Amino acid sequence: MVQSSSGSRLLQTSFVDGPVPASGGRRRLARWRQVGSSAVRSDEELTGLLRHGDEDAFTELVDRYHLRIVGLAQSVVGSRETAEDVAQDTWVAVLRGVNEFEGRSALRTWLFRVCINRARSAAGREHRYVAGDTAERAVDPRRFDASGQWASPLDDWTEAIDSRMVAATLAVHVREAIEDLPDVQRQVVTLRDVEGLSSDEVCEVLSISAGNERVLLHRGRSRLRALFEIQLRGG
Amino acid sequence: MTVRLLNRDLECQQAVELVTDYLEGALTPRQRRRFERHIRRCPNCRAYLEQMRLTIAAAAGAPIELPDAETRDDLVQLFRRVRRDSPDA
Repeated sequence: MVQSSSGSRLLQTSFVDGPVPASGGRRRLARWRQVGSSAVRSDEELTGLLRHGDEDAFTELVDRYHLRIVGLAQSVVGSRETAEDVAQDTWVAVLRGVNEFEGRSALRTWLFRVCINRARSAAGREHRYVAGDTAERAVDPRRFDASGQWASPLDDWTEAIDSRMVAATLAVHVREAIEDLPDVQRQVVTLRDVEGLSSDEVCEVLSISAGNERVLLHRGRSRLRALFEIQLRGG
Repeated sequence: MTVRLLNRDLECQQAVELVTDYLEGALTPRQRRRFERHIRRCPNCRAYLEQMRLTIAAAAGAPIELPDAETRDDLVQLFRRVRRDSPDA
């Protein structure tokens, strides 16, 4: 575990230390390698302990999820301060509800759903999950010719990615890139790709249809890809 | 006529819009075959699909940040307060 300059600690299961983004110390992306999975207790195990009032189990869950739910809340409410209040409320709801939590869904799905619902109440409005601008394209239309084929060959940066250096660079940039996505795209990409929830779980957490989820995911991923393309070309 | 239309190759601009549905397994078998046929023939769209796969892999590798000590302590205090107020919880 590494203490960063901003006082927050970071946990990472892959990559060695990567380069620090040019923007500096806001988020220093130092990481530690997970020594072995045996040291990590599962969410289910921690939930069971939490039912019996185990403080260490609670702390472990806080380490694991607190900043993730703050980030999720912030994508709904906008302000970091309100997002932190929402995250606190979420923990209170979890502590009060853990005995009734039947474990039919995964703990994190429950946690994220509670968080999203509280964030929406805090925002004082029902967040509308429309797919957004239907004219938004995965790729800038100017990249195609009149017949819809690529106008010029696509620069294939995926081969460069084999170098660990470039892979580490991508990992460094990915969080900031995700944070810059439009709010609802960011929520869907975070839940589906960063958190690794199934699409059904994402729909459940956000109360959106499967079709809507896929459109938002597509827009978000397409934007990320375009950003990486620019970064890797520029780099 | 219908068969000819279905067999017509996708345009690249259409193919890139189907990538997420393809990766999420949301295309019908016929749509999937048509998409895969295009990918086999088109090196640019093949590269594009690979870039999307890498983008998703990069998102999955985003580092997880831990709260600072002060936040953690605040939440532990919160835990104790909730436990005290409702010892059954």
